[in-house]
Amino acid sequence: MKPPRFDYVRAHSLAEVTHTLAAEGGDARVIAGGQTLVPMLSMRLARPKVLIDIMGLSELARIEATENGLRVGAAVRQATLLAHPDLARLQPLLAAALPWVGHAQTRNRGTVCGSIAHADPSAELPLVLVALGGEVHLAKRWRQRSVAAEAFFLGLMSTARADDEFVAGVTFSAARAGQGFAFREFGRRHGDFAITACAAVVDERSTRLAVGGVADRPVARTWENLDGTALEDALNDFAYSLDARDDLHASARLRRDLVRKLGAATIAEARRCRV
Amino acid sequence: MPRLTSDARHKVSFTLNGHAVTAEAEPRLLLTDFLRHVVGVTGTHVGCEHGVCGACTIQIDGQPARACLTLAVSIEGADVRTVEALAPRDAEPGRLSVLQEAFRRHHALQCGFCTAGILMSLDAFLRDNRDPSEAEVREYLSGHLCRCTGYVPIVAATLDAARELRDGGFNV
Repeated sequence: MKPPRFDYVRAHSLAEVTHTLAAEGGDARVIAGGQTLVPMLSMRLARPKVLIDIMGLSELARIEATENGLRVGAAVRQATLLAHPDLARLQPLLAAALPWVGHAQTRNRGTVCGSIAHADPSAELPLVLVALGGEVHLAKRWRQRSVAAEAFFLGLMSTARADDEFVAGVTFSAARAGQGFAFREFGRRHGDFAITACAAVVDERSTRLAVGGVADRPVARTWENLDGTALEDALNDFAYSLDARDDLHASARLRRDLVRKLGAATIAEARRCRV
Repeated sequence: MPRLTSDARHKVSFTLNGHAVTAEAEPRLLLTDFLRHVVGVTGTHVGCEHGVCGACTIQIDGQPARACLTLAVSIEGADVRTVEALAPRDAEPGRLSVLQEAFRRHHALQCGFCTAGILMSLDAFLRDNRDPSEAEVREYLSGHLCRCTGYVPIVAATLDAARELRDGGFNV
């Protein structure tokens, strides 16, 4: 398992990245931490002609608390964000979910934006972004745009990013007073991709639950605060709406049951965590 | 802009176990193969080649990382440590680091294929965690597969090494 041939560009400016993408289009791929793209190269699932390495760009290595939330640049590694001293205060859901992303050894290299750009339906970071209603910042030559998380993920490893664009950053909404957050995951082993993962965001009026690993992308639903059988019915409807499939790891029925049980447990935990 | 072409070898300069090294790599060469076949340092083992098994784990700028998920050309200027760096260099032959010695004492390896990667992870882990719990060790070990030991002796060796290092041992 060795990667196919490609040219390698070590970018020294954002303009170099966007110019190369404009010139090469779909034949170029941006590489950051490489924790997903390198195995895809080795398995020949990706065959770009050019790789553009963005890890040398200090302007993409920033974590900024803005009025919209926590903005994380494309060169920020998962371990760096997890080690941010204010993370649990700025966005507790990220602090809860990041330890479930891969293993310590892959978080040391893998980036936050790389996981989001890859859009694996069972990955934790896309799920958190959808749960929080965050934004993805796409850059191309002369132009930038921001896409809401739920409009960014289109399907299995498929996103709204055009060939000449790259994910320059993402913004996770900041935690507000009165909100509670929780994250839970069911997998074969810690560090594996989730069979089903749930992220809950609750406040005094509403309950929002996002589910990963069931549909072809992370999906969220928001309800007025429900309890008892009304909540059970809502979770059951949600579970069936996700069109779960059988695969090697779990049956569709188990996945639906996980949405009901894990979803209810996650919502209950988020309500207990409300501040 | 510097574009390394696919069909040529390009100079890569980095620090390997404290020594400056310059060698040549095609852009597609993985760091595992670069270390083993070009540089000639074969302590790093190649297992699954897609980041799952952890056998190829080394330290890049002090942090454990998968060599098989790293392109050789991307470590330009980096500080790389492999298992060869663990045993004290100037001591008598056969002397091991505290962690390695604990592995031997506890029979924390049988076939040894996974061991180099596990040692490089735990070496960094013990540097940052002076007094780890068993649960923390097991969580950190979840990034490694060992098919011989069942992990019990690996965990025991790690906790024993941590104790010894707290008592003033020196892990180099």
